[in-house]
Amino acid sequence: MSEILSRSRRAGRAGKVGRAGPSAWLAAPALAFFLGFAVLPMLGVVLLSFTNWDGLGAITWGGLTNWTHVLTSSVTATSLWVTAKIMFFSYIVQTPISILLGVFTAGRQKYRTVLAVLYFVPLLLSSAAVAIAFKALLDPNFGVGPALGLPVLAQDWLGDPNLVLFVVVFVIAWQFVPFHTLIYQGGVRQIPASLYEAAEIDGAGRVQQFLHITLPQLKYTIITSSTLMVVGSLAYFDLIFVLTGGGPGISTRLLPLDMYLTGFQSNEMGAASVLGVILVVIGLALALMLQRLGGKDRNVSQLEGA
Amino acid sequence: MKLRKTHTLIAVAAAAALTFGAAGCGSSGPGDTSSGSPASMWGLTGGDQPILQNSVDAWNKKHPDQKINVNFFANDAYKTKVRTAVGAGKGPSFIYGWGGGVLKSYVDSDQVMDLTDFLKKNPQVKKRYIPSVLKNGQSNGTTYALPNNKIQPVMLFYNKELFKKIGAEPPTTWDDLMALVPKFKKAGIAPLALGGQSKWPDLMWLEYLADRIGGPQVFKDIKDNKPGAWSDPAIIESLTKIQKLVKAGGFAEGFSSVAADSNADQALLYTGKAAMILQGNWIYQSMKTDAPKFLKAGKLGYTTFPSVSGGKGNAKNIVGNPSNFWSISSKASTEQKQTAKDYLKSALFDKSYVKDVIKSGAVPPVTGIEKQIAASDDSKFLMTAYSMAKNAPNFQLSWDQALSPKQGQKMLTQLDQIFLRKVTPKQFARAMNETIKK
Repeated sequence: MSEILSRSRRAGRAGKVGRAGPSAWLAAPALAFFLGFAVLPMLGVVLLSFTNWDGLGAITWGGLTNWTHVLTSSVTATSLWVTAKIMFFSYIVQTPISILLGVFTAGRQKYRTVLAVLYFVPLLLSSAAVAIAFKALLDPNFGVGPALGLPVLAQDWLGDPNLVLFVVVFVIAWQFVPFHTLIYQGGVRQIPASLYEAAEIDGAGRVQQFLHITLPQLKYTIITSSTLMVVGSLAYFDLIFVLTGGGPGISTRLLPLDMYLTGFQSNEMGAASVLGVILVVIGLALALMLQRLGGKDRNVSQLEGA
Repeated sequence: MKLRKTHTLIAVAAAAALTFGAAGCGSSGPGDTSSGSPASMWGLTGGDQPILQNSVDAWNKKHPDQKINVNFFANDAYKTKVRTAVGAGKGPSFIYGWGGGVLKSYVDSDQVMDLTDFLKKNPQVKKRYIPSVLKNGQSNGTTYALPNNKIQPVMLFYNKELFKKIGAEPPTTWDDLMALVPKFKKAGIAPLALGGQSKWPDLMWLEYLADRIGGPQVFKDIKDNKPGAWSDPAIIESLTKIQKLVKAGGFAEGFSSVAADSNADQALLYTGKAAMILQGNWIYQSMKTDAPKFLKAGKLGYTTFPSVSGGKGNAKNIVGNPSNFWSISSKASTEQKQTAKDYLKSALFDKSYVKDVIKSGAVPPVTGIEKQIAASDDSKFLMTAYSMAKNAPNFQLSWDQALSPKQGQKMLTQLDQIFLRKVTPKQFARAMNETIKK
């Protein structure tokens, strides 16, 4: 990016020839939106975190009480831990599946196109619909297990604190793997065929081609998908809210859900704002970290010589 | 170049309009308080929806200049939505509620109308209700809400067929209940159904046990924020009894996966998978549509919650929801308020309203309807519920409604963990006492 900018700046200085790039005014609408709908409310949340408000009455100054209360609460600790676990497990489940499916669906064969279309169906459903459907399927008495006469499937899926987390991870994967598959499919299709042709002449097998060409070439796709996955898992809310409501107990009460329940069911807006601030900080930190992982030379072409 | 500039200008203008205009939006939304717009009413989906719809339709036909717009929402979603709307000054003219802690918070922030003058001018309105039910629409002795649907005592329902199968009688004492557990389990039947995932059905067990063991004073202390009130021996004993019942396998396996909101808990009862269920009497209303054959065959039994030996509480006491209520928003326009008052005066619980409630399988909280109940198809059940409510020395409002939302939510989460046996009764009491400090 910086390279492009400096190049265009140089071109601008050099004279009227060359492209001066779009007017900075073009950023104004986006900037106005960002200020109005992201920065201002965020400042509001920071302010609110120092107050006590039940959503109805007067807002009173609370100083640091909300912060000390939230930071020392065992519920917050649990919800952070639950968030971390969901993030970790969704990542290690979704990434390999998405890469493999992405590579598979990138092929131009007809049956692969048909399968690709089928894979994308869950992407078309709203999270709430997915959650309601799974809730019905997983019902221990009237769900899919008893219906098919398979006692293995008639577990206490959503009621057993040790099991429920993995059920949640599974449903999340079911819904989001298609999305990441789509990203990887696009990534794979951009890899020049000449690389594979060269590898074939050199006698590389399929697995070797995958490990030495496809994966390295997908580096930035992996970073993009990982960022979406990790930061996105901080925002899983609708699905889990409908599926478990954070229960049983607080076993699936992850941070965004904790924030919602604190704010809109317990009506402690101050404490919920504290959780909101924590959420923003963690989200930003993770996004920055993942960008760093990509290295500083992100704009260097990987296709040189191809 | 010129073209681009125009585009930019349009985009900037549009963005500005959207950004700064957002605050002004929604003036034609359901919670419109500007003069000239009709009064708005938010009700709940479910058994009462057609009753309310009929009543409003009839009203609108008769009063074209005093129209009411009615919208319906699902229970849990409504509770969040209405509070946010009321807080933002966009609430409906008719606010549907449960009384208790939430009503108090509306009163404290001056969101609902004081109905004292209205009742003084229209004594017939006050007279139509059962006094113990009407009391739940008061805060500090002043009336802010009027009952609008049905008496909802929590009762112990059972499947008569299953009891016959193992040759047992419905329990009258807690020891009876505990003795039934192994008998049903041996026959491959779950003793009790419970919609544990919804959390609030758990609460019915604690409410009844605490009342039977310690009497109504136990919860009164809690509600009055007496320090340490949750450590009352009656609470500890109730929780211990609950955990013993869970450990003995009293509740259908996987009960914490069962959602009461989708009626999966009562389905266990009428499909013969579970023998008993402790639930609000509204399940009778929903069984009328979900399992009419089961009801017609007379297989549904119902009784009061068992007594506990040595307990202080009167076995006639009941818990549940005395009724739901209408409050009038103090933020509504003068015309809307007038419409609301006129509706409450002449249309609420008029003859056809009462008839509709009874026909749906529920009991309206009004006096002098014995004859109508006796003439209905469900007279036996309705009479039981009616006399239970009329004769109860104490009709305790569900604790999660009686307490502030903050305490109520914490209590439900903690209680969920009691049923999962993740916390001990003492830990529960300690966690709940923390909510009392202030």
